[in-house]
Amino acid sequence: MMKNRSERNSHSGPAESSGLSRRQLLKCGAWAGTGLIWAIEGGVPTALLMSETAQAKQTGALTFVQISDSHIGFNKEANPDPAGTLATAIEHSRALNPRPAFMLHTGDVSHLSKPEEFDTAQQIINEFRGDVHYVPGEHDVIGDNGIAFFSRFNGSPGRKWYSFDAHGVHFVALVNVLDLQAGGFGRLGAEQLEWLERDLKGLPASTPIILFTHMPLWAVYPDWGWGTDDALQALGYVRRFGSVTVLNGHIHQVLQKVEGHVSFYSAMSTAFPQPAPGTAPSPGPMKVPADKLRSVLGIRDVVLLDNHTSAKVIDQPLNVT
Amino acid sequence: MVTLNLRLLAGLAVLALLAPQTYAGGSTDPLQVKIGNFSFLPATITVPVGAHLVWINQDDVPHVVVGTDANSPIKSPALDTDDRYEVTLTHPGTYAYFCSLHPHMVGTVIVR
Repeated sequence: MMKNRSERNSHSGPAESSGLSRRQLLKCGAWAGTGLIWAIEGGVPTALLMSETAQAKQTGALTFVQISDSHIGFNKEANPDPAGTLATAIEHSRALNPRPAFMLHTGDVSHLSKPEEFDTAQQIINEFRGDVHYVPGEHDVIGDNGIAFFSRFNGSPGRKWYSFDAHGVHFVALVNVLDLQAGGFGRLGAEQLEWLERDLKGLPASTPIILFTHMPLWAVYPDWGWGTDDALQALGYVRRFGSVTVLNGHIHQVLQKVEGHVSFYSAMSTAFPQPAPGTAPSPGPMKVPADKLRSVLGIRDVVLLDNHTSAKVIDQPLNVT
Repeated sequence: MVTLNLRLLAGLAVLALLAPQTYAGGSTDPLQVKIGNFSFLPATITVPVGAHLVWINQDDVPHVVVGTDANSPIKSPALDTDDRYEVTLTHPGTYAYFCSLHPHMVGTVIVR
């Protein structure tokens, strides 16, 4: 399995990189046909990355970086030093050219919601020296429903979900790890869904929308709980928009899917990989040889061109500099 | 590693005083639910009233054991690898619980 994963990371073409099925390829074709270029690269070669960023430079595009699942405090065999790999991720994020306008962290900043874990993570992430927008993972809200997390990373205990605009793009931070229900998956909840409906109301359908959250908003693998109970309602609110991108973490691997105008991208972790859906008895930290670890951890560079006709999502492993 | 907080310890001490001191088979060994591969094993366990029950996390990730009912006596702190959570259930009934971090993990304790 790991062999497949590293092969995936070494491929250059979009089709090979994601192991797409014919049906998915047809969907991609349809997507390209509507003017949005499918350009996700699982561990894209540096040359291509440079050409993409050069293009971004020329057009004055917005670029930002996503990191996820730093799990500061984890200390098991799969990665005894998540602080070290997070520091590498931050170095790589700073080194991106053009420099990302800001960073998104899609949750599981900490492993056990401990203040010292949040401290360590914050100190390392501060080295990005730019704005960072956070959503919590389930590991960040243990014992206090996220009050410590929201206070520290979102500015106040009551600021859980939020939105902001950048470069004509509407970004929405969604929280799907609170008040989870027995037998269910991730959950947004009625209060947040009502807020989301209000937040999007009045925006022209031509506004590009980027949702970012921790758990996937599509049912990646229900047997492992990889989904969100009430995601369909949220996706209903964005259906009228011409370009919707959903960025998430939680599953510690690059996966992508396109449904109509909505494209979903799951990101790598900066701490440890997890098995591909159904390839192990359960999810959880996957042990890989130490010299391979950084090839399955990574950051994600997202480039939005000025005319908004192209959203490029470039997943870059930590062993690529 | 003991992970019980002080309030829980105090609660258990009170429960221990109130609970019947005779257990099935005359043993005071706690009955175990193992947490492994994101599952509770056994998923359903039947115990006598007053039995001492312990969950042991054998996964590489934390789990939190919480009763489905808001008033459930089952409510653990975060259990990291090898952490244990102990509770004594003194009233007969069916106690549904789940992992509040990974809610697809569900289990049941039947006390009678």
